[in-house]
Amino acid sequence: MLVKFFYQLRSAGLPVSVTEFLTLLEAMKNGLGSGDVDEFYYLARSTLVKNEAHFDRFDKVFGDYYRGIESVFGPDPVQLPDDWLRRQAELFLSPEERQRIESLGGFEELMDALKQRLEEQKKRHQGGNRMIGTAGTSPFGAYGFNPEGVRIGQDGSRHRRGAKVWDRREYRNLDDDVQLGTRNIKIALRRLRRFARQGAEEELDLDDTIRSTARQGGLLDIRMVPERHNAIKVLLFLDIGGSMDDHVRLCEELFSAARSEFKHLEYFYFHNCVYESVWRDNRRRHAARTPTMEVLRTYGRDYKLIFVGDATMSPYEIIYPGGSVEHWNEEPGSLWMQRLLDNYGSAVWLNPEPEQRWDYTPSTGLLRDLMERRMFPLTISGLERGMKELM
Amino acid sequence: MTLDRFSGTDRYVATEDLMAAVNASITLGRPVLIKGEPGTGKTQLAEEVAQALDRPFYEWHIKSTTKAQHGLYEYDAVARLRDSQLGDGRVKDIRNYIVKGRLWEAFESERQPVLLIDEIDKADIEFPNDLLRELDRMEFYVHELKETVQARLRPIVIITSNNEKELPDAFLRRCFFHYIRFPDQETMERIVEVHYPGLKKTLLAEALRTFFEVREVQGLKKKPSTSELLDWIKLLLAEDIPAEALASEDRRKSLPPMHGALLKNEQDVHLFEQLIFLNRRNAR
Repeated sequence: MLVKFFYQLRSAGLPVSVTEFLTLLEAMKNGLGSGDVDEFYYLARSTLVKNEAHFDRFDKVFGDYYRGIESVFGPDPVQLPDDWLRRQAELFLSPEERQRIESLGGFEELMDALKQRLEEQKKRHQGGNRMIGTAGTSPFGAYGFNPEGVRIGQDGSRHRRGAKVWDRREYRNLDDDVQLGTRNIKIALRRLRRFARQGAEEELDLDDTIRSTARQGGLLDIRMVPERHNAIKVLLFLDIGGSMDDHVRLCEELFSAARSEFKHLEYFYFHNCVYESVWRDNRRRHAARTPTMEVLRTYGRDYKLIFVGDATMSPYEIIYPGGSVEHWNEEPGSLWMQRLLDNYGSAVWLNPEPEQRWDYTPSTGLLRDLMERRMFPLTISGLERGMKELM
Repeated sequence: MTLDRFSGTDRYVATEDLMAAVNASITLGRPVLIKGEPGTGKTQLAEEVAQALDRPFYEWHIKSTTKAQHGLYEYDAVARLRDSQLGDGRVKDIRNYIVKGRLWEAFESERQPVLLIDEIDKADIEFPNDLLRELDRMEFYVHELKETVQARLRPIVIITSNNEKELPDAFLRRCFFHYIRFPDQETMERIVEVHYPGLKKTLLAEALRTFFEVREVQGLKKKPSTSELLDWIKLLLAEDIPAEALASEDRRKSLPPMHGALLKNEQDVHLFEQLIFLNRRNAR
């Protein structure tokens, strides 16, 4: 039976290996996780899932599997579609009540409570669950429910205790590419590591010391080598202001992560699209500008180019001379982009906007084409894809 | 195999899922990997397990420069070279220049030890891979002596990680895994009770409320964690700050007392001051 569970986990995209599965069986043979379902759930989770980002997915599969077992041995579970429930709740709860629930833990909580109420009710009235299909518009009524009787707000804590651990799905917001902190970004950026020895000689090279001491007939001859550094050079262009204000925090994190990760990191700011000049200090963006030409000349072709921006603007700002919202540009932004891309072979664009939305902004499409589709969302998985592209 | 069970101590509140992971690891003799927010008691767990089961305790703290070999042994070639030039007699036996690492020490323990490998993610990416066989078979080969060191009793290995690096799959497959969540209010009350027994109910309630409120403020760079809460309560007690000071109306109008223990970042303090300023203006 557990074999099926194993394959369900795998088909849900969890990287569970045979070794781990055997470990679980071994643990169960040793009497672990046999107390109750909760205990088994914890044991299975700690054996099979090695990343908190996968906890939520595991919870879902476990919930399904567990309910499946219930359906074999226990009463028929009522699978209530969520949107149906939602509609029922909207029918039965006044706006004030809904608001109160919202403040207590949100609509999801309410859904869970309703679901549970229905199940409880079903247990008391045998065969009552058939009513759901036939009772027409008022299943709650059929079960003796009415808005007053529901009183979900008052026993929020009671139903919480009753809910199954995995059904609470507390790890939902740890799933995949939602959370992106400095640390996560660093991990992603670490893909861009290529170590080389450079600079002052400050580490003892033991092997070389021994070799050369032996060659000198036993006279100690200390040999030193330079420390290893990440040899990747990065040129970072950050879009600032306007629609990017929503993403300031994300960019801040990316920036601080990148700064500590690369020894050779050069950064410049631009607004919406790169034109003939960029700047380094936002407070002096009009006074101290660096011509883009100079950037092209100063930093060698071995630099890797990373743009960060939401690419959301009017298409004119990219393709027409004088399209910039801030100044008169003699040459269109697309030309400057092209120059940069011609000079630096490996380049990516990181976009903090969600990928689904890209298709709705023409300028995003334009820039994406300019980048030859090397545009990635600013999420962990996006960053990783981007870094892979850069290598 | 031992039938020991870990169920928390009088100084450490273990949740059910944590106990499940630790006990599975004790029973099967495999390492357990603990992840979680900083300050949720990852490192402390190992000490408490050692104490609860009354086992010798070995710690191995990992730094960015640590190599897997450091945990096994080091061959002090430079000392030997020097001794050879000084004509020291010890130089004849290479054993004199083998320095044992924490893993070796743990392997030699007479009683089953608890071995903590702290912050494994600090080391190089390849570090966990270099320890695979050692942790799997609990043995390693010493080239200089041409002999194999084997653990007398499989140590209980507890590994902590701050998630700074992804750990390799091959390594993860051999571990049990536990992620310490940030405790909910109920657990937090138990934790505080364990550390400061008999704390006045009102003070505790007010302190916890303030604490969770601070944690909920959007945009904090570093949210205060359990260890910060405990430090803060200690300060409150030391300064003998009454519960009313926390509860009073001006809670919204000034920073909580001793806020330095909770907010460790000047930008956070600044953000807080701005919020309070807004509150005050709205109150008018």
